[in-house]
Amino acid sequence: MTSLYLIGGAILFGLGVHALVARAHLVLKVLAVNVMGSGVFMVLLAAAAGGEGDPDPVPHALVLTGIVVAVSATAFALALILRVKAVTGRAHLPEGEGDAESGGS
Amino acid sequence: MNSLIGADWAAWSVIAPLAGAVLAALWPRSGPLLGMVVSVFAVLVSAGAALGVWHDGPARAGLGGWEVPLGIALHLDGLSALMLLMTAVVGFAVSVYALAYIRPGSGRDKFWPLWLWLWASMNGLYLSGDAFNLYVALELLGLAAVAMVALAGGAAALTAAMRYLLVSLLGSLAYLMGVALLYASHGVLDLALLGQVMGDEPATRLAAALMTAGLLMKTALFPLHVWLAPAHGSAPAPVSAVLSALVVKASFYLILRLWLDVFPQPEGSAFALLMGALGAAALLWGSLLALRAQRLKRVVAYSTVAQLGYLLLAFPLMLAVPAAWHAVVFFALAHACAKAAVFMAAGSLQRSAGHDRLAGLGGVMRREPMTLFALGIAGASLVGLPLTGGFIAKWLLVEAAIQGQAWGWALLVLVGGLLSGAYVFRVLGHGFIRDLAVTQHHPVPALMSWSVLALALVSVALGFAGAPALELLTRHGGEGS
Repeated sequence: MTSLYLIGGAILFGLGVHALVARAHLVLKVLAVNVMGSGVFMVLLAAAAGGEGDPDPVPHALVLTGIVVAVSATAFALALILRVKAVTGRAHLPEGEGDAESGGS
Repeated sequence: MNSLIGADWAAWSVIAPLAGAVLAALWPRSGPLLGMVVSVFAVLVSAGAALGVWHDGPARAGLGGWEVPLGIALHLDGLSALMLLMTAVVGFAVSVYALAYIRPGSGRDKFWPLWLWLWASMNGLYLSGDAFNLYVALELLGLAAVAMVALAGGAAALTAAMRYLLVSLLGSLAYLMGVALLYASHGVLDLALLGQVMGDEPATRLAAALMTAGLLMKTALFPLHVWLAPAHGSAPAPVSAVLSALVVKASFYLILRLWLDVFPQPEGSAFALLMGALGAAALLWGSLLALRAQRLKRVVAYSTVAQLGYLLLAFPLMLAVPAAWHAVVFFALAHACAKAAVFMAAGSLQRSAGHDRLAGLGGVMRREPMTLFALGIAGASLVGLPLTGGFIAKWLLVEAAIQGQAWGWALLVLVGGLLSGAYVFRVLGHGFIRDLAVTQHHPVPALMSWSVLALALVSVALGFAGAPALELLTRHGGEGS
């Protein structure tokens, strides 16, 4: 049962990384980061159930803190996406490194 | 409770900026005043912490009276004290500069809370002795830094901030996955305890790889550097200075801390050589990009990519000379002061000319001799010319390489110095061309020119402060020396 969570967590993390790189739309990228985070939380749950007897409460506290961080980061990312969309008209990142990019104040 | 005086001092270096950030968010008008109060306070407190470590050695304090492993420990040793001091000195100069640079209305209400928030999370990172707490500090640091890049508001700044945010989240989640694996296999989060129980199991190796890769990404080390130049180049000048001088050092500090105190040294030299090769690639590629860039702030940003390469030399050099990381930390210190001064000088010139295209800056440079002078001496420290902090730093690196008979790395340090000389003099050269038409020129406010000059002088003065800094680094946690 524990290894199910462990392997499931690793798969979710991997899927998240893949989507973060492969998808272009910024909302999808932010969702991908959230999937990665869920993967990490599942590994922590596996760690909590790993020992004998009652589950270890420490990973639960870590997951709760992690969720708080993930929610704030997601909210911030979504707000930033809205600003990017408002200014550039697109919710995608421009391709390439672009030393010639204009801008700055 | 065995909390020593040094650790108590150090705790205030987190509390003060945090309180300042909250107050500045509540009363935006008082932002500049709060920023100055916190800056002065931070310098005093960090000096107190450093003195505490100097006299009493490393110290630990359990927060709220809870002892490890139940509680979360603050850990203060020579390395963290030196990083606190570096942050305080550069932070002080940047704050004075920002008083004049960040005008009312142009995002000032947001600058001061974010900057103090960033400061608190950096200091928290340097003091934390707990793997999960470090994740929280890392994430706070990342979010504050991204928000500060977005302050400039234009399309370039916003897309750079977005890219930076995604890289930063990816990096910190990779780190957190490592923490989860470590907890699953060892059941503790305290760094010192982890260091004692850790063996060379596959799970530990995987955790080490994930955490190192995630942190390298946040440090913008080649080939994960692509996000840095747009982000550092398009942010407001005080923000660029903080990001290039301090923020990237914070995640490097964590890499160093983990490999010094927690992870077992890997067998064989493959890992260290890989890190060294990445460093060499960063040094060469970053320098080439800096030589090609057409805008002043881009040159400075790519120079950061290049100079970060030196930090990775710690790993191959430590193969033969275990204390070689002292040289690298001193390099980070010298680079922080010089790079912040150069970025601030670049910001003054940009503000004065209304743009930062290298080709059109010569005339403005000639009219702002004080800023040009500061740019010159900070640039000299960046290159590593004699009598500057950068010179001592590179000297120490070469010395370590020669002691370990690693001639290749010694040569690399020298080649890197030559390349940085090329791009620094390429910039300065524009200031010495005669009879240039000046299309636009606004005088640089005195606060800005003086704070840049002061920080540039500090970067030179570090050349004379090498011995105490290195002595402080020997007060190290695990070694008991």
